Amino acid sequence: MDRTRDERRRWGAARTTRSFLVGGALTLTFLSAALLSLVWRPYDVTRLDVASRLLAPSADHWLGTDQYGRDLLAMVMVGARTSIAVALIAVGVGVLFGVPLGLSAAARRGGWLDEFIMRGNDLIFAFPALLLAIMITAVFGPGAVNAIIAIGIFNIPVFARLSRGGALSLWTRDFVLAARVAGKGPARISAEHILPNIMNLLIVQATIQFSLGILAEAGLSYIGLGAQPPLPSWGRMLAEAQTMISLAPHLALVPGLAIVLTVLGLNLMGDGLRDMLDPRLRRERRA
Amino acid sequence: MLTYLLQRLASLVLTLAAATIVIFVMIEMVPGDPAAFMMGMNADPEAVGALRDQLGLDQPAAVRYLDWVKGLVAGDFGVSYTYKVPVFELIADRIGISLPLTLYALVLSTLIAIPAGVFAASRRNGAADVSVMGVTQLGIAIPNFWFAMLLVFVFAITLRWFSAGGFPGWDAGFLPAMKALTLPAIALALPQASILARVMRSALIDTMGEDYVRTARAKGLTARQALWRHALRNALIPVLTIIGLQFSFLLAGAIIIENVFFLPGLGRLVFQAITQRDLIVVKSVVILLVFAVTVVTFLVDMAYAAVDPRLRRGG
Amino acid sequence: MSASLSLSAVSLSIQGQPILDHVDLELKKGEVLGLVGESGSGKSMTALAAMQLLPQGASLTGVIELDGQDLTDLDEAALCRLRGGAIGMIFQEPMTALNPLQTIGHQVAETIRIHRGVSRHQSARLAREVLNRVGLPEAHFALDRYPHDLSGGQRQRVVIAIAIACRPKVLIADEPTTALDVTTQAEILALLKHLVAEEQMGLLLITHDLAVVADMADRIAIMKDGRIVEAGETVALFDTMRHPYTRRLFEASRHVPRGERRRAEGEPLLEAEGIVRDYRLPRRAFWHPRRTHRAVDHVSFTLRRGENVGLVGESGCGKSTLARAVLGLESLQEGRITLLGSPFAGRDILPEPAARRDVQVVFQDPYGSFNPRHRVERLIAEPFHLLDRPPHGAVRRARIERALGEVGLAPADASKYIHEFSGGQRQRLAIARALIIEPALIILDEAVSALDVSIRAQILDLLADLSERLGVTYLFISHDLSVVRAITDRVMVMKDGSIVEEGETDEVFARPQHAYTQRLLAATPLIDDALARRRDRTLSR
Repeated sequence: MDRTRDERRRWGAARTTRSFLVGGALTLTFLSAALLSLVWRPYDVTRLDVASRLLAPSADHWLGTDQYGRDLLAMVMVGARTSIAVALIAVGVGVLFGVPLGLSAAARRGGWLDEFIMRGNDLIFAFPALLLAIMITAVFGPGAVNAIIAIGIFNIPVFARLSRGGALSLWTRDFVLAARVAGKGPARISAEHILPNIMNLLIVQATIQFSLGILAEAGLSYIGLGAQPPLPSWGRMLAEAQTMISLAPHLALVPGLAIVLTVLGLNLMGDGLRDMLDPRLRRERRA
Repeated sequence: MLTYLLQRLASLVLTLAAATIVIFVMIEMVPGDPAAFMMGMNADPEAVGALRDQLGLDQPAAVRYLDWVKGLVAGDFGVSYTYKVPVFELIADRIGISLPLTLYALVLSTLIAIPAGVFAASRRNGAADVSVMGVTQLGIAIPNFWFAMLLVFVFAITLRWFSAGGFPGWDAGFLPAMKALTLPAIALALPQASILARVMRSALIDTMGEDYVRTARAKGLTARQALWRHALRNALIPVLTIIGLQFSFLLAGAIIIENVFFLPGLGRLVFQAITQRDLIVVKSVVILLVFAVTVVTFLVDMAYAAVDPRLRRGG
Repeated sequence: MSASLSLSAVSLSIQGQPILDHVDLELKKGEVLGLVGESGSGKSMTALAAMQLLPQGASLTGVIELDGQDLTDLDEAALCRLRGGAIGMIFQEPMTALNPLQTIGHQVAETIRIHRGVSRHQSARLAREVLNRVGLPEAHFALDRYPHDLSGGQRQRVVIAIAIACRPKVLIADEPTTALDVTTQAEILALLKHLVAEEQMGLLLITHDLAVVADMADRIAIMKDGRIVEAGETVALFDTMRHPYTRRLFEASRHVPRGERRRAEGEPLLEAEGIVRDYRLPRRAFWHPRRTHRAVDHVSFTLRRGENVGLVGESGCGKSTLARAVLGLESLQEGRITLLGSPFAGRDILPEPAARRDVQVVFQDPYGSFNPRHRVERLIAEPFHLLDRPPHGAVRRARIERALGEVGLAPADASKYIHEFSGGQRQRLAIARALIIEPALIILDEAVSALDVSIRAQILDLLADLSERLGVTYLFISHDLSVVRAITDRVMVMKDGSIVEEGETDEVFARPQHAYTQRLLAATPLIDDALARRRDRTLSR
């Protein structure tokens, strides 16, 4: 019976909102730190200051300093900018190419484009994720832009597959048939009826890919294929901290926690969004 | 069944063929002349020319591509530009670390995740479920290489239970070798186990709501029996998909983790090859890993057929 | 005779929501008790309460006795021994009620094994016997077959086999034939009747269909909003009908909208000549040749202006494909369709927008027919897209309001979203959308099949009224013969992609010529016939 299911949903709704709020707060914190770093940083991250190296957290240096005397808070703030920018643009690449591909594949189900897109998907998934990124950065040289391309390429099939799947089930729905009876063509139906109804799926997936992008960027810059010095990045901060880990474990702790908290925040927000955007749930809330 | 098998096999071959083209084209785009690289900065241009000739670099791309693929099929991967030994030997040495590490992590991840997922699903919304979900939420957010550093700090540097890195070789005996791979495998497995546990949980919760589980309860099965006998096997279908994908993730993750633990595996080989422009090694390692992934995908497809009679129909 | 199953003053609420309110039911040995109600009346929850398989958060008061034993006192282990043992249950959806990964033999044997504790071998032998008994003989239905290669009716037989394997005293069947075709329904009902008589079980038959219970049940209980409003012996209950709801339900079930039958004398509106529609089946593998399925096989017919034509057939007969071909949604492989004398669709030719104006549609599912993100004014104005100069501003507004008025909705409804409407109202909106550009032909594809009987009666009245006032022609597609009989002037019967019989509705129903039509009609349960048979039986006794 519908009533019981609704009840169970309402029960879960409180937890959903809470995880969305916690996740949103975490995400917002790192996002504002990144934005703030554009105009203000507690210290210059390019200046090396051997005199104040490896300082423990204090009033002057809230998170301490690294082996070159750079302020960790400033490094984390600027690193947030790099991570978030790379991951966000990579998501944009995935959405921009993937969604139209997926929608057109679904509109011409079984056609050559559909076949091509699905086979292309399989091909990309046959490459171990980071391996292709490593190859791309190896071929075109390391750097933030190539990291974006490498991560973005993986986002394309993710969004293509998701929008194709969502669109395929919508194409069989009666309201799409009614639009066809009203003489509307595939492009118009995709824009008017399909896309708005898969928006929820896309938003949730975008937060997930965003968080995966942050992890991937960290991995790439950890092995030296991401953003290049002197631009700080969380991954390279960890790589530099590794040799010092017995001496100064906080060097590894700070950027690591920054990654974990950002990714955690995005995932919590994504989970919350998924439940909140569920149309069955929404009717509930409006009532 | 035979039709299904042949179809999956054909798809495997096609994917591999397409992958060789992608890899070849990408490597072609690398700037610089490998022969000049091998001979060093001040090499005699004539000697470089001779080497180019010897390596067949002056041939048209299509010819070189076909030669490469023919070699791959015959097990001849070519000769490393820098080490001047057959690539096959180089790889054979290193894969003895990377592959066991990946499989070790896969087994760990599966052994942790499936019971955790089942446990959480069967106590849905209870304290056990909430804590499994909390831990896995955190596990997903942790980058494996950072987790590896923390493990080194705690278990190698502070507690001194394990060494901080290096590999004694399989000649040193099975147990010491496995011990050296244990921390890396845990570092690799934990984030993947978190994902898998969540997939297992939600798949099981979904199948517990299916009509046939209600039928099972109406026959007189207890909730637990219905879960084990009817829901679990159905829930394993999406879990199998994820396990297949995880192999690919773990294999790539191993490349990074090997760096943390100074393991002389394929990851380190590939990094050295990239910095030394030893492109033939890069090409070979990549195609080998793609091969491993497609073979695992094929095995997962076969596992589907073993679980799901609907795929076995006909032929 | 004592009651096998009895519910006394059973009330149920789930998370505080009241579901059942002092329900009293009594099912005797060897008797069929029909529990009738519309969707949301609580009849399925009554079944789950009797099985003690209620969802979490349910709180139940009252007494449920099985053979004098109060089930509400028993612990879970004892209940598990009863479920599938002394009390069995059959569900509505045979396609999903079986575990797709286990053989049918295994699933039947499992019941026997857990209740009788017999060996694997023994339980397989017993499962074989049970499957034979439900009409699945060994020759075609070996124990090692999987559910996916059985039809819906065959799967329902397996579900019945599971339920009766341990010879229960009570069998609960929750809408056991609602998902099945009418001929399959007749077979399953006959099987249930036979099993009840043979095993002296009590059968609690839950359904929305009064005709089914009139035929099957010895006694009937009518349920509304979680309450039993009336109960009694079948013939007596229909004779007296003390409660107004019973009367409403009864009248709605055999409702015939007013209006004269019309003769097909108008000009030809739509002519189909030898149309063929093939579907390409997915390749088994890419080296296999493509196979095709012929869904519509050389069908010809003519619809005349002002008449209502029915198209009946069972699922998979090609009637929906035919509808989509006539709508110009799918290209034909052969033949052609002419609309008002000019070509509409032909081999690989889809109609021009101008031609589409005259053909509109109403679909079955009132919930899936509208984009949930648009307001009603946008939803029902969608066909304006077909006009060269779509109306704007006040004209558009006026036409939307007029269309809403035609279907009995208020102008204010234009600014609402679809989720604010009930199923019946949504179907009115679907009709408004079809009407708004004043088409000559409206295709009603199972347009009332998803509605409860009382709502269905209202929509049928609305359709009859509109056809009379606006002179619009209907092609009424349905699996439900009684609905087609109620509203159409002429009827076509479709089977396996072909039209096997065609004629004036009254004539076809009174004197069916084709063997398939005869079978369909014989399988369709009718209240009056069922009651007459019951009266005869009582008299002859």
